[in-house]
Amino acid sequence: MTTSQLPDSPQNSGLWQPNRQLSKSMELLAKIVFGAFGLVSIATTIGIVLTLIFETFLFFQEVPIWNFLTDTQWTPLFTNSQYGIIVLISATFLTSFIALIVAMPMGILAAVCLSEYAPSGLRKWLKPALEILAGVPTVVFGYFALFFVSPILETFVPGLRPFNGLSAGIVLGIAILPTIASLSEDAIYAVPQSLRQGSYALGATKRETVTNVVLPAALSGIVASFILGIARAVGETMIVTIAAGQNPRLTLDPRVPIQTMTSFIVQVAKGDAPTGSIEFITIFAVGMTLFLITLVLNAFSFWFVGRFREKYE
Amino acid sequence: MQTNPSTAVGTGITFHVAQANYYYGSFLAVSNVNLDIPERKITAFIGPSGCGKSTVLRCFNRLNDLIPGAHVEGTIQYRGVDLYDKSVDATELRRRIGMVFQKPNPFPKSIYENIAFGARINGYKGDMDELVEQSLRKAALWEEVKDKLKESGLSISGGQQQRLCIARAIAIEPEVLLMDEPCSALDPISTLRVEDLMHELKEQFTIIIVTHNMQQASRVSDMTAFYNAQATEKGGKQGYLVEYAPTQTIFNNPTEQATQDYVSGRFG
Repeated sequence: MTTSQLPDSPQNSGLWQPNRQLSKSMELLAKIVFGAFGLVSIATTIGIVLTLIFETFLFFQEVPIWNFLTDTQWTPLFTNSQYGIIVLISATFLTSFIALIVAMPMGILAAVCLSEYAPSGLRKWLKPALEILAGVPTVVFGYFALFFVSPILETFVPGLRPFNGLSAGIVLGIAILPTIASLSEDAIYAVPQSLRQGSYALGATKRETVTNVVLPAALSGIVASFILGIARAVGETMIVTIAAGQNPRLTLDPRVPIQTMTSFIVQVAKGDAPTGSIEFITIFAVGMTLFLITLVLNAFSFWFVGRFREKYE
Repeated sequence: MQTNPSTAVGTGITFHVAQANYYYGSFLAVSNVNLDIPERKITAFIGPSGCGKSTVLRCFNRLNDLIPGAHVEGTIQYRGVDLYDKSVDATELRRRIGMVFQKPNPFPKSIYENIAFGARINGYKGDMDELVEQSLRKAALWEEVKDKLKESGLSISGGQQQRLCIARAIAIEPEVLLMDEPCSALDPISTLRVEDLMHELKEQFTIIIVTHNMQQASRVSDMTAFYNAQATEKGGKQGYLVEYAPTQTIFNNPTEQATQDYVSGRFG
């Protein structure tokens, strides 16, 4: 299609000669280039999922899925190997749960402090400071748990071993704190000023306004931040690998060494399991389990935010 | 607290404002306001944008306290008591002086909870169900929402939301109702309903309404204050009170030329 279909303009002086054809080709080129870059992330995700599915399928050729789900031992590296994923899940659950106990109250209080109580000058400094915490390499957190938190806990927790789920969980909580605090703060800050004014105008104090109006209004965003925090805790690797130990055991006792799903993957990946061996494909089955758990968490968070998001106007 | 005999209880004056200047930081936003707001009447504040009518309104319940740097000089008395006296508790004051805002701002809670909230924080010990029903009836909303009290306050129409906000404000039995352009976000029919409601409510409350709509001021109010704005050297706007008189006088026979020009639609 060309522009010649339009009648000639009577004022056409010859000074206006746009190259429509070139503009159109450039538009098309731009579309292709941007589309290609956009596809990279999608293609990567699809590739990862396909690899996981393929290797997991191979794994279940060797190990019946029933055993995977019901065995109570996790001994894939031994001769009489057992593959009870519940053992690794229990450890991941334990450390993530402790992390959440630490991070939820601290995160929400930090968020309320930042958005409601801190003067704007202080807020300008505090929020970036909190976000720096998110930039600390997790390996540092791991040794912090092992060499600082564990020895302190040992002084008053009887029976605490040097490697344990408790200190790993606590430090994991500190590591996910910025995620929770920062996202919650965004949600709280986004609550319209008109709602706060409406509350004050009824004779509410600041505390009453925050607890009865602002927090409920920001609830969906706060819950979403919790779920993203859990997803991070579940997938976090270095802290639990360093501080929680490498002992797969089915327990909810936070004082003893345990092995999470991620630290099992690290253990095999850094060892000398040959590609294609049963030990090797085991990590894909564990990875798949991990992937499904975080997928469900993210899907739930997405659904929750959509379902409960308040339209303020 | 000092009591000024001229504005004490029983004199029919709710607010006595004398030589009040309203500041945001060092910026003088509204200067030299002198007003006596009569009890159980509707007083309208009119004037062009930036003339400070909302600023004056928001000082009556000290909502301007929330803005850092906002302060007032001069006398503002509520039934004989200096509003800005240190012994006056702003939260208790706001229970006595209700407010309805420009845009309906129901809380993201159920219709029932929107009304019960104010009562609860103010320690209401009576029958909550009855209070909710009474308040919704007074706000002429009961018939429309009685079957959906558990639904969100945001699920109803804009006009209904504004009446819900009025119900919420009167539920805590204030003595004064401040209305900051309560109809500017509403359609003409909803506006009419709110105006009818105001006529009923003035039996019980002193009402001050800020409005851009001069017909509305002439329809609903007993007294009218006309504010105007002048440009300052720095490019801001400074408001001042031009004239305060019975609404009839303001619209038919004002003293000031500026008032005459404004109410006849020659500017603003």
